Amino acid sequence: MDTSQYLEMFIEESKEHLQACNEHLLELEKNPEDIAIVNEVFRSAHTLKGMSATMGYEDIANLTHKMENVLDEIRNNRLHVTADLLDVVFTAVDQLEEMVLDIAAGGNGKLDVADTVQKLHAIETGEEVPVAATTVEETVTVDSSNVQNWLNYDDYELTVIQQSLEQDYHTYEIYVKLREDCLLKAARVYMVFELLEKMGDVIKSSPSVEKLEEEDFDEVFYIALVTNEPKDDVQKKLMKVSEVTEVVVQAVTLEQLKTRQQDELSKVEEEKQVAVQTPEQTSETTELQPEKKEKSSAPKGNTPTSSKTIRVNIERLDVLMNLFEELVIDRGRLQSISEDLRNAELDETVERMSRITGDLQNIILNMRMVPVETVFNRFPRMVRQLARDLNKKINLEVIGAETELDRTVIDEIGDPLVHLIRNSLDHGIESPEVRKSKGKPEEGTVVLRAYHSGNHVFIEIEDDGAGINREKVLKKAISRGIVSEEVALTLTDKQVAELILSSGFSTADVISDVSGRGVGLDVVKTTIESLGGTIEISSTEGKGSLFSIQLPLTLSIISVMLVELGEEIYAIPLSSIIETAIIRSSDILNAHNQKVIDFRGKVVPLVFLEDVFDVPRESTKEEFHSVVLVRKGDKMAGLVVDSFIGQQEVVLKSLGAYLTSVFAISGATILGNGKVALIVDCNALII
Amino acid sequence: MTEAVDVQNVKVVVFQLADKEYVIPVTHVQGIEKLTHITRVPKTPSYVKGVINLRGVVTPIIDLRNRLGLGESNLNEASRIIIITLEDMNVGVIVDSANDVLDIPTDSIEPQPEVVGGFEEDYIAGVAKLDSRLLILLHMHLVLNPIKSGV
Repeated sequence: MDTSQYLEMFIEESKEHLQACNEHLLELEKNPEDIAIVNEVFRSAHTLKGMSATMGYEDIANLTHKMENVLDEIRNNRLHVTADLLDVVFTAVDQLEEMVLDIAAGGNGKLDVADTVQKLHAIETGEEVPVAATTVEETVTVDSSNVQNWLNYDDYELTVIQQSLEQDYHTYEIYVKLREDCLLKAARVYMVFELLEKMGDVIKSSPSVEKLEEEDFDEVFYIALVTNEPKDDVQKKLMKVSEVTEVVVQAVTLEQLKTRQQDELSKVEEEKQVAVQTPEQTSETTELQPEKKEKSSAPKGNTPTSSKTIRVNIERLDVLMNLFEELVIDRGRLQSISEDLRNAELDETVERMSRITGDLQNIILNMRMVPVETVFNRFPRMVRQLARDLNKKINLEVIGAETELDRTVIDEIGDPLVHLIRNSLDHGIESPEVRKSKGKPEEGTVVLRAYHSGNHVFIEIEDDGAGINREKVLKKAISRGIVSEEVALTLTDKQVAELILSSGFSTADVISDVSGRGVGLDVVKTTIESLGGTIEISSTEGKGSLFSIQLPLTLSIISVMLVELGEEIYAIPLSSIIETAIIRSSDILNAHNQKVIDFRGKVVPLVFLEDVFDVPRESTKEEFHSVVLVRKGDKMAGLVVDSFIGQQEVVLKSLGAYLTSVFAISGATILGNGKVALIVDCNALII
Repeated sequence: MTEAVDVQNVKVVVFQLADKEYVIPVTHVQGIEKLTHITRVPKTPSYVKGVINLRGVVTPIIDLRNRLGLGESNLNEASRIIIITLEDMNVGVIVDSANDVLDIPTDSIEPQPEVVGGFEEDYIAGVAKLDSRLLILLHMHLVLNPIKSGV
């Protein structure tokens, strides 16, 4: 999963939670008996654990997990809050902060927390906190955390290690961490062991092999391996096992093992022994260091990009958009004033302002753009699931997921796409057997494609399935009364294909819960049209179908043509206008009670807007009529108006929750003079 | 008036329609505006006067007289538009005049007596008697029930 988009949120929230932890821990120090405070800390730690695990920061998750365990013990009164205990918890919080800051600075959030984890574990299991007696020793313990005592060996095992070392074999102690949500831990353990056994001999593991097989461990286990493979190879091979998140391999020398054993035998001599051990360990640490640097340098290459962006609340962008809309309205007003006044200087200023607001408009609209990826993301899983439900083999290809669209469009487009994809899977792609018999590959392909073109975004869904069966569709359409038999004969293949978008249509012989009862595609069409878009279908029987959706880049500011009807002004979206014309009354013909004109060889029905909108005035008999020719798909209509005012960019506003779905009105806008003009919904006027 | 009484009071806006006084709780009132240009919206019920530009927001306006079946409003200088907010919906209602803001004790509000005939009674939530004034409390949710026209 790509989590980079949540990174900033993660960092902010982590900081908040750590801050809360710190505050509450300080309070807890003052009131050690207050369980409520422990609960607070626990909650923060828990959230942090969940977030960091999701984001893949294992060290943070690991440390918080241990911290949580300790807190849980306190909560359940099995542990008492002591200064020593708090010290360790504070160290843990400090380290967490360090890691979060590292992530914020572009690092990978890795930090050696084994020492603190161990201490926390010790507390949890009831052992006393090893209190550092002197500062010298403290540094030593920190150093030795690089070579930890992961495993203890008995004499027999030691002999084996000794012998293998003499024969130039290496002994490694290996730390393996599985994903927290790993489901088949035993299986992963088996895979790890199998790999290791190919490379050498496993001489010990902790927990024991039996326990590992029973999945009786958290996410971490340790293995001792004797092999002649180099250290890095072992590590890399183990990382190949899926759901293994972390592998640390450390070489073991006989001296170390002996000192370790002696440590346990004589704790009195500990200090001296450790001191002897130090030089060797430094060589070990230097060996580890470059590797670590390498690790952290890779993600650092990404940092410049994160520093160049800031996170802005979407609401603020909406406010900005609203303010800008006001500005557009005022710009319109200024333009109309300057036209009336005809003052050269004013004209110039207004002209300049118009240009600047135009640029501003582009910038603001761009800020609201969101890649369609946010919608496309969920489809691969959905297709996988559906394909399984339908017993079909389907491969989904997603192309152009980075194409950007206005956020308002993005919010709306999800459901229609789901419908269309379901439709393609259910009705389009045939079952593997059918496909095979037709000489197609068993696996069907559905391509989801998005791209920009001009002022529009296209989203296409293409499948290589059965395509649309003309006869079947026509038969159904006739039986449902969607088209008459006479009309059906004249329809082109494309028109037939588009019949499946009509309401009350379903070609599936068996109604499945996948693509419903044919209401789906009807809804798809209405939704897309309400977004100011169009949908087209082209299909070749036997080869597949292509659903092509055309959407405007933005919804909030549109170009319209203002027209006058009596005293009233209406706006017609430029996107549906083909052209304007002036016609004579004598050019109007009558056909089946419908007034039509012959326009460039085509018969175009006329719609008298004053009648449709019941414009209050005495009817006038004019010689000439102004006509706006609009289209909806392949159909055309001529809207008769009184006069044209001109073209303008306007801000689309809704009529509010009280007036929903007014006939042939898609919204309103505020004109330069402050009055409201209604926007004509041409789609409703063309039948 | 003591504070204890205040708690049981409801603050209302009083307005005139025909010869009666009506009230609506101030919590529903967003503002009172003078008449401005109303853009007619075609194919809507007769009581929908149209929409206005209320500081950049397109707000529908209804003629309350007409809505309550009291005939058409005579728009004049005294006419006001009361902007009412119900949930996420803003609607302006035209009234003859907006008179007052009053505190009326909740216990003075009585349910509408059922003997009164007429169309408007469906929308009356109660009647409050204050001194010699009779104030009619409107049920705004019913009055401003969203309409779907032309469908």
